[in-house]
Amino acid sequence: MSTENQIEIAKNFILSPSGINESHLTQAFSTLLNSSADSGDIYFQSRKHEVWSLEDGIVKDASHNVSQGVGIRAIKDDKSGFAYSDEIVLPALLESCKAARTIARGTSSGQIQAWKAREGNDLYIADNPLDVINENDKVELLKSLDALARKQDPRIKQVMVSLAGTHEVIFVANSDGSMGADLRPLVRLNVSVIAEQKGRLEQGSAGGGGRVSYEYFLKDNQAQSYVHEAVRMALLNLEAVDAPAGTMNVVLGPGWPGVLLHEAIGHGLEGDFTRKGTSAFSGRIGERVANKGVTVVDDGTLKDRRGSLNIDDEGTPTQCTTLIEDGILKRFMQDKMNAKLSNSQSTGNGRRESYAHLPMPRMTNTYMLAGEFDPGEIISSVDSGFYAVNFGGGQVDITSGKFVFSASEAYLIEKGKITKPVKGATLIGDGPDVLTRVSMIGNDLKLDKGVGTCGKEGQSVPVGVGQPTLRIDGLTVGGTAQ
Amino acid sequence: MDLQKTQHSSEDFEGLIQYCLDEAKRLGASSAEASINIEHGLSVTARLGDVETIEHHNDRALSVTVYFDKIKGASSTTNLESSSVIETISAACKIAKFTQEDDCAGLADADRMANVILDLELDHPWGITPEDALSVAIECEDNAREFDKISNSEGSTLTTSRGTSFYANSHGFSGNYQSTRYNLSCIVIAAKNGAMQRDYWYTTSRNPKNLETAASVGKKAAERTIHRLGAKKLSTQTTPVIFEPNMARTLLSHFISAISGGALYRKASFLLDQLNKNVFSDLVCISEDPHIKQGLASSAYDLEGVATEPRELVENGVLNGYVLSSYSARKLGMQTTGNAGGIHNLILKEGERNLDGLINDIGKGLLVTELIGHGVNNVTGDYSRGAVGYWIENGEIQYPVEEITIAGNLKSMFKNIVAIGNDVDQRGAIITPSIVVDGMMIAGS
Repeated sequence: MSTENQIEIAKNFILSPSGINESHLTQAFSTLLNSSADSGDIYFQSRKHEVWSLEDGIVKDASHNVSQGVGIRAIKDDKSGFAYSDEIVLPALLESCKAARTIARGTSSGQIQAWKAREGNDLYIADNPLDVINENDKVELLKSLDALARKQDPRIKQVMVSLAGTHEVIFVANSDGSMGADLRPLVRLNVSVIAEQKGRLEQGSAGGGGRVSYEYFLKDNQAQSYVHEAVRMALLNLEAVDAPAGTMNVVLGPGWPGVLLHEAIGHGLEGDFTRKGTSAFSGRIGERVANKGVTVVDDGTLKDRRGSLNIDDEGTPTQCTTLIEDGILKRFMQDKMNAKLSNSQSTGNGRRESYAHLPMPRMTNTYMLAGEFDPGEIISSVDSGFYAVNFGGGQVDITSGKFVFSASEAYLIEKGKITKPVKGATLIGDGPDVLTRVSMIGNDLKLDKGVGTCGKEGQSVPVGVGQPTLRIDGLTVGGTAQ
Repeated sequence: MDLQKTQHSSEDFEGLIQYCLDEAKRLGASSAEASINIEHGLSVTARLGDVETIEHHNDRALSVTVYFDKIKGASSTTNLESSSVIETISAACKIAKFTQEDDCAGLADADRMANVILDLELDHPWGITPEDALSVAIECEDNAREFDKISNSEGSTLTTSRGTSFYANSHGFSGNYQSTRYNLSCIVIAAKNGAMQRDYWYTTSRNPKNLETAASVGKKAAERTIHRLGAKKLSTQTTPVIFEPNMARTLLSHFISAISGGALYRKASFLLDQLNKNVFSDLVCISEDPHIKQGLASSAYDLEGVATEPRELVENGVLNGYVLSSYSARKLGMQTTGNAGGIHNLILKEGERNLDGLINDIGKGLLVTELIGHGVNNVTGDYSRGAVGYWIENGEIQYPVEEITIAGNLKSMFKNIVAIGNDVDQRGAIITPSIVVDGMMIAGS
């Protein structure tokens, strides 16, 4: 869909019902900029969200949520004033402009000369993804997945399935006169099972989704594949022995284990932390931070991906930003304010959870490019070590650089062979150091299935990660077996 | 009634909720419940001695749940205009046309509704202006930055919030209460030999008079950060671990997750069938008191209108009860414990030693001051998290440590609690002193 069309639809959807037009926006900006603020933006959002959930064999719960509002920001150098309202009407809009502008003292007059549309990408469907299948079919889908899971193995005692969909319309107007809009679908299906054997209980879960409609789950047995995966993990965990403790050579599988990159280096390369000097990577552009062969990008332009956006929440088109190239640190991820303060350009990473939150630099889809090794060759190169193929979440202290991520499916490597499954364990390392320990990069780059949510300063946004199989020499594994 | 007004008085919201219940009934629902939450506040951050952000918060939300006998539908909105309210109710009813019958679904039993709404003194308005809030934040950060070793700052933030919660259901229960909450925090950075460390301190209260002073918060943030400089890794070994109160709180939150009805009826808990059994060492006594005046998690009734009651949850290590809503209680064939929405002030009974005493007593081991990551499995109790803290030897702190994990299984960790401090931390729904757990595996170099 063209940028003009997106803007027209967003205006009709959010602004017109409240009788707000471009001249009202001009009026709002003259109120907002009637201070020494040097810029500002107004962000309108309307969001519909639903969740259908099954447990104990019945679809017992579903909920529908509508949220809408407008967030107003005034910026003066590195200072932000912010106010929002869940009422999209002119008086509330002007009131919020007055509250937001208190950040900047003094008066000057800012005036929008002419509004112009800002071009964006065209990466996903614009239609409401929730409406493409009817409610009966949603219920039937969940029930069929429950039956499928139980049929797999009598040890499966509990099955939980949830189907969630969001349709979001955003419209952002900037004090430079630019306008942008984005219609954002987002769906997710999750399957979680509990298996029991001789009194031992274990869990397995799997899921996926993206900026697509629910039809995605119906094609190619996509939904069924999550069931098979969740059941497989639960049954595998029934056999898992205690994970080892200590520093060892670690092989990470492709895809979701890319959460390593997100935590170990991604957050530390966000432009607010780097500008303030609070990140362990501050001021290190041009330095070697990874072994040769390591190239990491943040790419918001992948079609249909969970972390992708046509424009970011400041109206900047997303892009593919090379963060690390052949081991050398190239670029930080920026929003408009931090880019300006760092004499740089926005990289289309200005994101916010909602109209009620301030934008900041956030990742989109962060992944490492493929290398040349066959994954089998990487595993057989390790005499004794830890092979982790699936993970839960992770966390990082961007100042000390220490990060963790928790394996949910892992195996011992003994004499170059994958042997016993081991219980989940947290891996810990040092962000600026870990990529210098990457000794082999696989040729099997994969992206995750569309399940990631990133939290920063209390704001959650959907993201993606990916990587090929990697060998990392000397990472600490936090198991319980010595 | 006029639903268009932008400024609703409390009667208006009660009227709006009643309208939702009536409308649900008109659409055929056999019972219904609805809630409205209104919140407004301010969040001001100072960094490097100047303002960084001023945020004005203003939130409203309406939630409606309808039951057609044993079939449930739910819907919510932030838009309280009449057309939106009507759409929200009909969306909930529409969902109930497709969801399936569930024998346990429904409102909490009518005889469990709170009759008397206790005044728990939760509302302490503070008419602080953004300018004055900024002064507090600047004073706090200044006190941290006065320390020579503090090289940078993530700032100091004062947040204020005042809200009103309304809840009513078709049993005829209707309740509302106002509450305030204030929070002052400071995060600073120290550097030595090119390596940086960050730490923080915060104070939180329903009453601004009870906040720790800005100077004290800033100083503690600075001292904690400076103490972390020069942190080392430990070798892999088994050792006792002291969880300082803020971290002990996380252990107790894992306990609450495991005895919560949702986890129990799904068999997704490592504490299945443990009622009246020893789940902790006999040092541990845990009570729940929903009626603490000014308590951070105090409430006269839960999210279903059920009257809350103080109780002894764990006595000498023995588990006396679960944490149940009416739904999870029915699933388990039990009675609700008035915990729809969670726990109301959980209190671990304090011991006799202060933190220095505990350090002295263990002789050799680890003091944990920060935990990162999500390595806790609620089904098995397997526990493995990244840790930051101090190495203890000869009964004294020797040096700061980082880049290690601590691991065990919560079932045995709870039974291996060998000491509890008297350094009680009141800053949350879980009120706890330090906890000492013996025999944890540390993974390091």
